[in-house]
Parts: sequence; C-alpha cells; structure tokens
Amino acid sequence: MAVGISKSPTGIAGFDELTHGGLPTGRPSIVCGSAGCGKTLFASTFLIQGAREHDENGVFVSFEERPVDIVSNVASLGFGLDELIEAEKIAIEHIAIDPAELAEIGDYDLEGLFLRLELAIDAVGAKRVVLDTIESLFSAFSNPAILRAEIRRLFDWLKDKGMTTVITAERGEGTLTRQGLEEYVSDCVILLDHRVHNQISTRRMRIVKYRGTAHGTNEYPFLIDEDGFSVLPVSALGLDHKVFDERVGSGVPDLDAMVSGGGFHRGSSILLSGVAGSGKSSLAASFAGAACARGERALYFSFEESAAQTVRNMRSIGLDLQPWLDGGLLRHIAARPTFYSLEMHLAIMLREVTRFDPGLVVLDPISAFMESGDRLEVQSMLLRVVDFLKSRGVTAVFTHLAHSQEGSTATDAGLSSLMDAWVLMLNREMNGEFNRELYLLKARGMAHSNQVREFVMSDTGIRLLPPYLGDNGALTGSARKAEEAKARRAEMQRLAEVARAKRAAQDRRRAATAQIAELQAELEASDLELRSIADSEAEYRRQAERDSADMEVSRKA
Amino acid sequence: MDAKKKKLTLYVAGQTPKSLAAISNLERICEEHLPGRYEIEVIDLRQNPRLAREHDIVAIPTLVRELPVPLRKIIGDLSDEQKVLVNLRLQDE
Repeated sequence: MAVGISKSPTGIAGFDELTHGGLPTGRPSIVCGSAGCGKTLFASTFLIQGAREHDENGVFVSFEERPVDIVSNVASLGFGLDELIEAEKIAIEHIAIDPAELAEIGDYDLEGLFLRLELAIDAVGAKRVVLDTIESLFSAFSNPAILRAEIRRLFDWLKDKGMTTVITAERGEGTLTRQGLEEYVSDCVILLDHRVHNQISTRRMRIVKYRGTAHGTNEYPFLIDEDGFSVLPVSALGLDHKVFDERVGSGVPDLDAMVSGGGFHRGSSILLSGVAGSGKSSLAASFAGAACARGERALYFSFEESAAQTVRNMRSIGLDLQPWLDGGLLRHIAARPTFYSLEMHLAIMLREVTRFDPGLVVLDPISAFMESGDRLEVQSMLLRVVDFLKSRGVTAVFTHLAHSQEGSTATDAGLSSLMDAWVLMLNREMNGEFNRELYLLKARGMAHSNQVREFVMSDTGIRLLPPYLGDNGALTGSARKAEEAKARRAEMQRLAEVARAKRAAQDRRRAATAQIAELQAELEASDLELRSIADSEAEYRRQAERDSADMEVSRKA
Repeated sequence: MDAKKKKLTLYVAGQTPKSLAAISNLERICEEHLPGRYEIEVIDLRQNPRLAREHDIVAIPTLVRELPVPLRKIIGDLSDEQKVLVNLRLQDE
C-alpha cells in the first residue's frame, strides 16, 4: 500500500506517537507479556478510549475475568466502563468454560464463540474487539489442533469484519506467547515486560513487529498509575533543538550581570555544581522563582527535599515560593531516587513536563542518581532529559553535588559537555571560616565575567559581591572585611602624609619668597649707595677742578 | 416415568456436516438405549444466536443434559457411542 496502513489510536499516551497513530485498523494485534505486566489494562484502555474519544464502539471478550471484575478493575482509573456499557458503547462478552463439566467426543468447532462475538459486535456496532486472554481456551479444550485451526479462523474472521483487535497472551518460555499465537498475527506484536532490578521495578514495552510501519525497536518504559497506562517514548530525540536568543534572568541580578545580555539563553541547560552547602538549591530555587515572576510555569523536581521544606528554606533568603505553588505557576515534585528505576524517573519527568508545559525545569540534584545507577546509564538518562527539554525550548537548571572542590571539574566532565552554562559554586575555608564563592566556568554563546564572586545569602536575597583584590590575592568573608579596613587605614595615613608634605613645601616656598624680598631690598640699598658714591665722586671732581682753577688764578695773579 | 425422562438439548449452527452428524448420532444412540425415555431439542444457534450467550455455548455441536442434574455438556459430533453413553450415564438407568 502506497499510502500506508491506516491506524486506530489507542488513547494510550505515548503509544500512539510511537507507532505514528496507534494499532493497525481492522487487523489483529497481539499484546503479550507475563502475568501482571498490564496486558489487560492496555487492552481495556484501547477499547474504552476508542468508545469515548474516537466513536469506535467495542466488544471485550473475557475468557478469564467476570464482567463485574473488569468494570471494577478499571474503575480506579476513572474510566467509567459501566456507563459505557449502559450507553451500549461497549459490550462485555464473558466466555466461561468449566472443563470439569465438559466432555469431548468427536469433531467440533468454536462456532458458538463466533456467533456470540458477532452478536455482541452487532449489538454495539463495534469497530474494536479485545480478546483477553484467548489462550485460556487451551486449558478448557483438550484438542489443540482444533483450537489452533479455530483461533486462526477467528483472527481471519475478525480481519474480514474489519475489527481492530487486541489479543492478549501470556508470555511463553522462549516464545512470545505460550501457544505461539504470534504465528497467526502477522501485523502487530507488542511485548510488555515487568522487570525488577535492585528491588526497583520497571515496566517496559517493545514493539516486536509492526508490519508496514517504521517503529522504534527499543524498549520503552511505561507507567501504570492513577492516570492509567502511558508509554514514554524517550529515545527518539535528536539534536534539532530550538534555539533562542531571548535571555532569562536567574532571579539574582548580580549573576545576570556576569553574562553579556543580562541573563542566560532561554532553552539552555545550566549546571550548578558545588559541594554541600554551597547554595546550589537556593540558586536553583531562585531561577524557578524568577520564572514564575515572569509569568512562566516552573517545574521543580526535588530528589532530596519536600515541597514544604524547599518553601521554608527559601523563605530564609527572602524568596517566597508559596504563592507560586498556590497559584499553579510552580509545581514541586519530590521523589527519592530509589523510588523508581532511572528509566522510570526519566519517564515520569518527561510526562510531567509534557503535562505541565513549563518554561523552566529544575532538577535538584542530579547527583542523587549517581548512587542509584550505573554512571553510563545515569549519563544517558540525563542526556535524554537535556535533549528533551531543549527540544521543547525549556530552560533547564540542574544542580550537582560535587564531592570535592578540587577534582570537581574533572569528575563532572561527562555532564559538562551536555550543559550550556556551568556555574561552579565553592565553599572555601580561609582563616577559620567558610565563605561561598561562585564563578561561571562556562557559558556557551555569551561573553561572561571570569571573576570569582562572593556568594552571599541573606534574608534580602542572594547577592554576588565582586571580590576584594588586594596584595594577598582575592579575599572573601571577614578576611575581605579586615583587608578592606586595613586598606582604608593605609589610605588615610597616606592622605595625611601627603597633606603634611604639601604643607612643608608651602612653608619652604614662603621662606624662599621672604628671602627673595630681603635680597631685593639689599639690592636696592646697594644701588642707592652706588649712585650716591658716584654723585659724591663727581662733586669731588668738580670741587677739585674748581680748586685747581682757583690756584692757577692765584699763582698767576 | 416423566421425571426420569432425559432432557437433552443439542446446540448446532446451521446445517454443517458436524451438526448433521451429531443429530443423527444422538438420535440413533437414544433410540437404541433409551427408547421412549428421552426428549431431544435441537437448537440452531444460527437462527437464534442469543441462546448461545444465555446457555454459555462456545463449541459446536454441544449436547447439554439439563436433567437429571447436574448439568453436563458434551461437545463434538458424538461419533463415539460408548463415550456418549458414559458421559450421559445412560447405561445405569
């Protein structure tokens, strides 16, 4: 078929996306798995969602459970199967065979089953059929040859009638189903699995076969919880993320000022790593608070603290998250890492993100997983989280507890390549006190400050103080205060010194000026004297000439 | 006498060879071993499929002995006379 086969949505979250539409329309599909893996729930969901959402009525053929049990089993999921039965949208056909009251003599067939099925299909105008679990027939009838032929005929008959059918089957030893039913169903085979590893259970689903459809062959985790059955397609993620130029604030203006553009890129992954007590959670919560303040939804996954605890702790630094929680902008989900397996955590996170559609997600802390799983598994999980959040354009804040400050850059190398920005938070002891420090180890696509800032938390919020750069290097805390005070004192001293020197110079200048005046006076006096000497000399000469003339006169006379 | 009468119901679906064989086998066995002490009702489920559900019939043909209690079901074309007799406990009457 050039157009491809048509598909009927199952209404199972994730499954329809995974199979590009659901189960093959008008064909039988097998859902197999061991006891308690959720086969019947898968089948019921398929049927109920069909009747409810897609106007495709259905027939549930139960070979095991009684109709009342089926109704009450799904009642806890809020499916309201009884209402659908009353509205004649779904019919339950209970095929109960008691081998004890049955004897087989000669040749027979299962025409009765066909007739009953046909009746039920016509009664509700069914498009969907569930056979749960047809293999029970093998314990009721002793002639497997007849059964196989009849089951094959039944599948063909359902196909002819255009029924989209789900057949549940028990997992067999070495085969997919105990009775090898998969041989008769060539279109779609789905395997459900329930594994327990390290006392943590994980449910997984695999599409073994789906004719005419490209499908992932991976195992996908699935959930059965109060919302029913949901498959979580987690690996089909690529690197075609949305890219944003928009910046989002961290709630700490001083931190935003450290990068060009006044904040981190929307949709980027930000790692806050540091040792215990370095303020990672506080900074992460501040990111969340800032998102809420912008009117965005924020999702906070905490693997260590309850919501109440986080709220209380953040109040101490002047950040009240309660109104956001109450207003529905902030959602806080707390779960210990050991509650679920990694896959399950991932699955739940992805589901919550899809549901809540936040602008910012906080994972606090991702290092909590390191203890619960293999390093590579944890890394691959985080990679998927990062990819997933990026593909949705969600800003992600991860906190990571580093065990030592010195080796921290090396040990987290696996993570760092996933992150767009890395804020390193230190808590350093110096002169008998611990002081928090923060610096931006990396920030892709942004010019950023290379300074180590002092990270100060108070009841008015988080502040980043520029470091004190003195003769003895960068100082923080009281050492910084002491050094600053010392510097202030030195400065005053220096100023006093300058003033004194200035005064002395002025004095000297004044003295010199006085001396100059004195000499000038002396000079003038000397000039005066010289002039009077010259005058008296001239007078003398004139007198002498007059005297000699007088003498000449007297001699001649 | 009436109280001892066997009430036998044979469910078939249309005129299939298996159904026809079952009918003729049953009539023959009853006539041979229970002359006058049986009552056979043949129900064609194709005509009335609702009864298949009511009487919980899956395999065709099915012979149901409703009386005497307990209810007994035999499926198949009743080709083995001895087995039929054993299962209907016709002999010890």
